[in-house]
Amino acid sequence: MKKFIAAVLPAILALSLLAGCVSTTNPSGSGLAGSVSTDGSTSMEKVIGALGEAFTIENPDVKFTYNPTGSGSGITAVSEGRCDIGLSSRALKDDEKAQGLTETVLAYDGIAVIVNPENPVTGLTLEQITKIYTGEITNWSEVGGNDAEIVLIGREAGSGTRDGFESITGTADLCQYRQELTSTGDVITTVSQNPDAIGYASLASVKESVKALAVDDVLPTEETVKDGSYKIQRPFMLVTKTDTALSETAQAFFDYITTADAAEIIANAGAVSAN
Amino acid sequence: MMKKVKTDKPAETVIHGIFFLLGLVAVGCVLLITVYLVIAGIPAIREIGLIPFLFGTRWASTAAEPSFGILPIILTSVYGTAGAIVLGVPVGFLTAVYLSKVAPPRVRSVMESAAGLLAGIPSVVYGLVGMLVLVPAIRNLFHVPDGASLLAAILVLAVMILPSIIKVSITALDAVPKEYEDASLALGATPIETYFRVSVPAAKSGIAAAVVLGVGRAMGEAMAVMMVAGNVANMPSLFQSVRFLTTAVASEMSYSSGLQREALFSIALVLFLFIMLINAALNFLLKRGAGK
Repeated sequence: MKKFIAAVLPAILALSLLAGCVSTTNPSGSGLAGSVSTDGSTSMEKVIGALGEAFTIENPDVKFTYNPTGSGSGITAVSEGRCDIGLSSRALKDDEKAQGLTETVLAYDGIAVIVNPENPVTGLTLEQITKIYTGEITNWSEVGGNDAEIVLIGREAGSGTRDGFESITGTADLCQYRQELTSTGDVITTVSQNPDAIGYASLASVKESVKALAVDDVLPTEETVKDGSYKIQRPFMLVTKTDTALSETAQAFFDYITTADAAEIIANAGAVSAN
Repeated sequence: MMKKVKTDKPAETVIHGIFFLLGLVAVGCVLLITVYLVIAGIPAIREIGLIPFLFGTRWASTAAEPSFGILPIILTSVYGTAGAIVLGVPVGFLTAVYLSKVAPPRVRSVMESAAGLLAGIPSVVYGLVGMLVLVPAIRNLFHVPDGASLLAAILVLAVMILPSIIKVSITALDAVPKEYEDASLALGATPIETYFRVSVPAAKSGIAAAVVLGVGRAMGEAMAVMMVAGNVANMPSLFQSVRFLTTAVASEMSYSSGLQREALFSIALVLFLFIMLINAALNFLLKRGAGK
């Protein structure tokens, strides 16, 4: 009898797994099929990946692809018709717009500059931040803090947050990091452990254990990032051709990710939705 | 060559064949990894040039004008490993002498299982404790701006290599024939004199193997080191943030592309060659020990 049970139990378990699969496959009846291809900014990987995943769960017959090449390559790809939607983490230049491309803001990537809660400094100017990260200002007393050496915490080469921070503050390749950490969580933990540390992290992941600084007297919040008054931010753009309509599937994806419903997915991926 | 075992049962032959195939799995994996690493690691070295790659002092893989010099990274790995050995080996070795020769059986069993447990702790846990306890402690103790440094990595590695050093040394010391020690004691030497003049020299190749094993472990550790060393490719200095060969690969791999990614494979190849050298040394020592 025991043996029988031992043989049957796994079978039942396996069957119930299958049953689970069947019942969760949502027959949305959208009838959408085909493919959506996106190409561009590596910084947008998390956001567009989460959106693509959510979209393909609702429309299981759609094939979603994302090619992480960089903003410039993404813009070129869409203008050459090699993908449906180009992804750019900067605004289009005038000559790119002249080539017949349109940009739609999907989200904003707000990067908070964080310090230890014990640090008396509550705000810096963008210029001070640039000077701190390039090693021109090395002591907190120079910006109204304690007499202590500033410890610069950053992200590893290739990280989208690092790329965003360095390009906005104009410190690309110039940062004198004391530590290069591989995740936002590590940066936050390290800053919360060291009273003299300064770091940067996606706005969405900033926690109580660290203090976000005001930049040019504007505190980073969803509103200030959205209205553009907080400086350390950049747009996540969807780039499409102005005169050519998207395929039905790509249009459905485009509409899906630019509605307010997608805001939560975007927020979970660390950005502030524009819609 | 496989030895043919004379048997009437065909089942025996089949099972021998299966075992042989399973044995091939390990060999195949080693070959696959070696070949892959060499193929993946060579192109970037070709493009950068062997001398600028190995002896360049600046690593800036995503800069507008990228630079791929890994000398600081190699030196960090060498210094870090050497530091861990300098701290870890005396502690581990003396612990092994104590446990093998002096300790009462009860103490020995407790301490040996504690050392075994130390070996079982995942490296990310070492890293976490290092990050939350050791790094702030170094910062406060030495009054440096930040505690993430070569010293923190050395301390973590020294603890991590203890179990393997203790275990292998104990095995070597236990294998020393009791007659040697009895003879020494009968000649009037004290027990401590006997352990250090007779037992340890008799076990020296095993102990050397333990040290080499420790070197290999320290050299190859990535996770724990990544969490305490700061990961900036500076020239090694005790209180500076440094980057090891392992962490250089691990920290940049996830978002890397193009030549940067190829260069990471080349770093992995360099690390692999180091580990191979260490293994060759280990084999040599073990064989010499067995030959005596």
